Amino acid sequence: MRILSSSVGRKILMSITGQLLIIFILIHLIGNSTIFFGPNGINAYAEHLHSLPPLVWAFRLFMLAAIAVHIAYGVTLTLENKAANPGAYAVKRNLKASFASENMIWTGLLVLCFIGYHLLQFTIHGTPDVVVGLDSANRPDVFRMVVTSFGNALISLAYMFAMLMLFLHLSHGIPSFLQTMGWNNEKTIPAFGTGGKVISAILMLAYISIPAVILAGLLKL
Amino acid sequence: MILDGKCPKGPIQTSWDRHRFDLKLVNPANKRKYKVLVVGTGLAGGAAAASLGELGYNVEAFCYQDSARRAHSIAAQGGINAAKNYPNDGDSIYRLFYDTIKGGDFRAREADVWRLAQVSNNIIDQCVAQGVPFARDYAGYLDNRSFGGAQVSRTFYARGQTGQQLLLGAYSALSRQVKAGSVKLFARTEMLDLVVVDGEAKGITVRDLITGEIRTHVGDAVVLATGGYVNVFYLSTNAMGCSVTANWRAHKKGAFFANPCYTQIHPTCIPQSGDHQSKLTLMSESLRNDGRCWAPKKKGDNRHPNDIPEEERDYYLERKYPSFGNLAPRDIASRAAKEQCDDGRGVGPGGRGVNLDFSAAIKRVGEHTIRERYGNLFEMYEKITDENAYKQPMRMYPAPHYSMGGLWVDYNCESNVPGLFVLGEANFSVHGANRLGASALMQGLADGYFVIPYTIANYLAKTKPGLVSADHPECKKSVEDVKAYNNRLLNINGKKTVSEFHRELGKIMWENVGMARSEESLKDAIKRIPVLREEFWQNVKVTGKGEELNQQLENAGRVADFLEFGELMAKDALHRNESCGGHFRVEHQMPDGEAKRDDENYCYVGAWEFKGVDKEPELHKEPLTFENVHLAVRSYK
Amino acid sequence: MNLTLHVWRQSGPKAPGKLEQYEAKNVSPDQSFLEMLDEVNEHLIKEGKDPIAFDHDCREGICGMCSQVINGVPHGGQERTTVCQLHMRRFNDGDTIYIEPWRALAFPIQKDLIVDRNALEKIMQAGGYTSCHTGGVADGNAILVPKQDADYAMDAAECIGCGACVAACPNGSAMLYTSAKVAQLAALPQGQAEAAERVCAMTEAMQEAGFGNCSNHYECMAACPKGINVKFIAKLNREYQKALFK
Ligand SMILES: Cc1cc2nc3c(=O)[nH]c(=O)nc-3n(C[C@H](O)[C@H](O)[C@H](O)COP(=O)(O)OP(=O)(O)OC[C@H]3O[C@@H](n4cnc5c(N)ncnc54)[C@H](O)[C@@H]3O)c2cc1C
Ligand code: HEM
Ligand code: SF4
Ligand code: FES
Repeated sequence: MRILSSSVGRKILMSITGQLLIIFILIHLIGNSTIFFGPNGINAYAEHLHSLPPLVWAFRLFMLAAIAVHIAYGVTLTLENKAANPGAYAVKRNLKASFASENMIWTGLLVLCFIGYHLLQFTIHGTPDVVVGLDSANRPDVFRMVVTSFGNALISLAYMFAMLMLFLHLSHGIPSFLQTMGWNNEKTIPAFGTGGKVISAILMLAYISIPAVILAGLLKL
Repeated sequence: MILDGKCPKGPIQTSWDRHRFDLKLVNPANKRKYKVLVVGTGLAGGAAAASLGELGYNVEAFCYQDSARRAHSIAAQGGINAAKNYPNDGDSIYRLFYDTIKGGDFRAREADVWRLAQVSNNIIDQCVAQGVPFARDYAGYLDNRSFGGAQVSRTFYARGQTGQQLLLGAYSALSRQVKAGSVKLFARTEMLDLVVVDGEAKGITVRDLITGEIRTHVGDAVVLATGGYVNVFYLSTNAMGCSVTANWRAHKKGAFFANPCYTQIHPTCIPQSGDHQSKLTLMSESLRNDGRCWAPKKKGDNRHPNDIPEEERDYYLERKYPSFGNLAPRDIASRAAKEQCDDGRGVGPGGRGVNLDFSAAIKRVGEHTIRERYGNLFEMYEKITDENAYKQPMRMYPAPHYSMGGLWVDYNCESNVPGLFVLGEANFSVHGANRLGASALMQGLADGYFVIPYTIANYLAKTKPGLVSADHPECKKSVEDVKAYNNRLLNINGKKTVSEFHRELGKIMWENVGMARSEESLKDAIKRIPVLREEFWQNVKVTGKGEELNQQLENAGRVADFLEFGELMAKDALHRNESCGGHFRVEHQMPDGEAKRDDENYCYVGAWEFKGVDKEPELHKEPLTFENVHLAVRSYK
Repeated sequence: MNLTLHVWRQSGPKAPGKLEQYEAKNVSPDQSFLEMLDEVNEHLIKEGKDPIAFDHDCREGICGMCSQVINGVPHGGQERTTVCQLHMRRFNDGDTIYIEPWRALAFPIQKDLIVDRNALEKIMQAGGYTSCHTGGVADGNAILVPKQDADYAMDAAECIGCGACVAACPNGSAMLYTSAKVAQLAALPQGQAEAAERVCAMTEAMQEAGFGNCSNHYECMAACPKGINVKFIAKLNREYQKALFK
């Protein structure tokens, strides 16, 4: 297929999968914020979510496929790009490229590591800090699990660091996917640049707010 | 010998059509058996190679730059003429024909100029079809501007980069043929000799500028489209690599050089800023649509131009040529500028400059419109001079720009060496003694797209394909000669650099064979050039080897040719004991300082035959007859 | 003013290269950068040394021949300026200047500051044209082109093919160059017929020639001496998507 062999085509796949991941992040954030409503909020949400296993699995597989494509092309494109630029300048001054744009692969891989860890922790319950139990309404007590784990400063800091990586990834990723899709023109280019940074910052702060609030003791068991 | 231009007889209006019918054709199936070597990928060469390739010929194209798209046609700014008469302002093929003949001061062939005017319209259509983004008006129609020497608006343009856009159009057509396999491109390859077998052009010897390899390419015909030679002045608006080399080496193999003394000095170039200067930058003639030329009335007036009040300014072009005003032809505008400076009223360093003032136009149409029309030129000016021309006048001075002279060709663009065709600025054909603005692009594309595809067939149809192979003794000899010549250059190991010689030659040429020439100055040049040449061959230093990328060697070869060619130019200027167009002999002027032609004695093309370095060249004449225009004193008053 | 230069010297494509130091003395602020190098070369020649080889031709910013990375930026970093248009008044007495060739996989170094840019030709040959024949085309005014389309096409067509975008790009990508041609022809009615095939063929050729992919760093636009805008890359991306459905 032409789209898979062409550099533009593969970038479009990166872009679409990136957008799917962003949508996921948004949904996930909305879901997570039910925690601010206390145990009743998030536990009800979790129960609701898991009441339809086929849907959950379909969604999981779909996201898995998206991220697999995103990673596969992220890695190959990066390798090709490195090969195309021998990078041998004795002096090189960038005028426009940013730390974020130049380190997409690293911020991406760090986010990947985090996703692995995150799934291991809160989905598979495979890390020692996780407390599994039922709440008073006999629902899995997600609230207790999260608040307990994030009560550990180290875990919270790691989470915040991962969100910083996500911020970096998206501060370039958002304007970048718009450009890759061709939804861009002379006027929107600078606007999307700033817009991308602002949105990723908001996302980061929103995600970080959960461990931050817990660490600060504002959300307690 | 009296040369015959082989122009069709009969009514000029139908001459080209009748001639095309009389030309022989090559059968489509046979075309690919013929190999055509096209040297040069500018407008003329690029268009020719693409069109010949498309017709099915087997084409090899050469240029010295690293890409065909970088030929110096790329630098043309202002525009290209055509007799479309879109503005409905009275233009016609006849008027374009007439303006060109008159602009050339009645020293061009009528039939060639007619054909040029006739095909000019096809050029615009062709370029539009290629995707050339010509300027359009709000309704979507092609826009026009005015250029010097014309009272109609017939110049098509693409911002200030018309040459670039036209060349990229030709280059795209060429690229298409490369993909199709009909054209093979040899970039960074310089032609250093013409191979002539049994009196016919059958190949070229080239140097691969990367590896230094010297080899011969053989073909059934050779097309030279190698541009102009005004770098003989050292400082000019041409690119650093523009040279007379291809033409000169062909001349040494028998091709006649016509009217070498006809050179154009462009009136509006950025003045020289110091001795370090390596080239001069042109500011398009289109600027004179809105810019007014003036010099202070007072001698040595050192005030800032904005501080000189209106009544102390001399708008000399408007004063001297009320009907054409600032749009007087180039030769006239240049001489007028020089006059002001010689009179001690020049501005800027050394008093070598006049003002080109946009304040009136800015007041009239607003800075925005001026920016839209010439933004890139103003930007270019600021980069070089650090001055903002929206706020103060530009300083301008004439500079060598274009060569009307070139290898002699007949109506078919074929030189006196059968099988050698010459196109574009490299030939002498249509501009007479002065070229009008926006006509060179037109000529290059006319020759390449619409003339050579027909006329070359006439020659090829008479020859058998593949007559000569690369191991022919003439080819081997040519390779040996070129190698020996280059080795000679490399082994002198003297004390002066190639550029030092070039500068010295340029100085001699500019002062003696420049804008104003006299018997005395020309004789002086003819005495001094051979001395300089002699010194060059004793004392030049060319570093490096021949078998590698060696820019010094490239340059040395070009300057060596200029050192021979400059002498011919001076001799031609001396022999032409009249003033006409760009050739101004101070002995021959009207009381008001205008050029004074001598039709009785000099209404001919002077074509020179090479007899050997340090030998007298032989002059051949092709008489010029005018049946469709009336030989008259050229007046732009 | 006096300057210290560190210039990349490399005798041939396979030879190792290194930065060499030279002094440029008594440089006039009115001199162009290349004229400054000319003078350094004149001295080198007189000393019997090999002068610095660099590409240049028109010296007025239009041929696209000149190609030097100056202090880490292709063409030296003055906005909309080629090396040949750069003037010494932009530098200060005592400055140290690093001069290097374009560096990208697709641009092998030939000698010193001269690189082989043939890869750019390959992209053009893949489809940077309309397949019209010489002669036999419609009148120039037969198809109207709205002014804004003509202007848009012209903005894209200003590309001089210098390759600075590639040299600047962290990925050695030629997207800006390729997109400029794709966008120019896509904006004009004359380029429509082959638009789909063109964008596919040209981007594939780009990849084959060894250029990287676009990561939207926009470093190309910052270095481009003609101010070619990355909006043309967006246009190329749109054209590509359209082509997928053809
Ligand atoms: C600054 C400037 C502005 C101009 N503006 C206008 C304008 O507005 N309107 C107008 O009509 N005209 C203008 N002209 C004139 C016009 O641009 C040229 O006369 C015309 O483009 C010449 O085209 P050409 O194809 O004959 O030669 P060129 O474009 O000069 O091409 C010469 C070709 O020959 C090759 N070549 C040369 N020597 C050799 C060799 N020895 N071996 C191999 N290859 C060789 C070169 O590589 C190049 O490809 C301008 C000229 C200049 C310099
Ligand atoms: C939640 C997780 C992720 C999100 C939301 C995300 C989002 C995005 C987005 C929107 C883009 C821009 C696409 C474009 O330019 O069109 C992008 C690019 C990129 N992503 Fe991710 N990504 C995520 C995870 C990852 C992971 C795990 C990797 C690991 C390999 C990765 C590697 C990359 C790379 C290398 C690019 C740049 C590709 C290029 O421009 O050449 N991303 N990402
Ligand atoms: S896009 Fe700009 S930098 Fe790239 S080749 Fe064209 S002019 Fe040069
Ligand atoms: S030398 Fe032509 S663009 Fe710089």
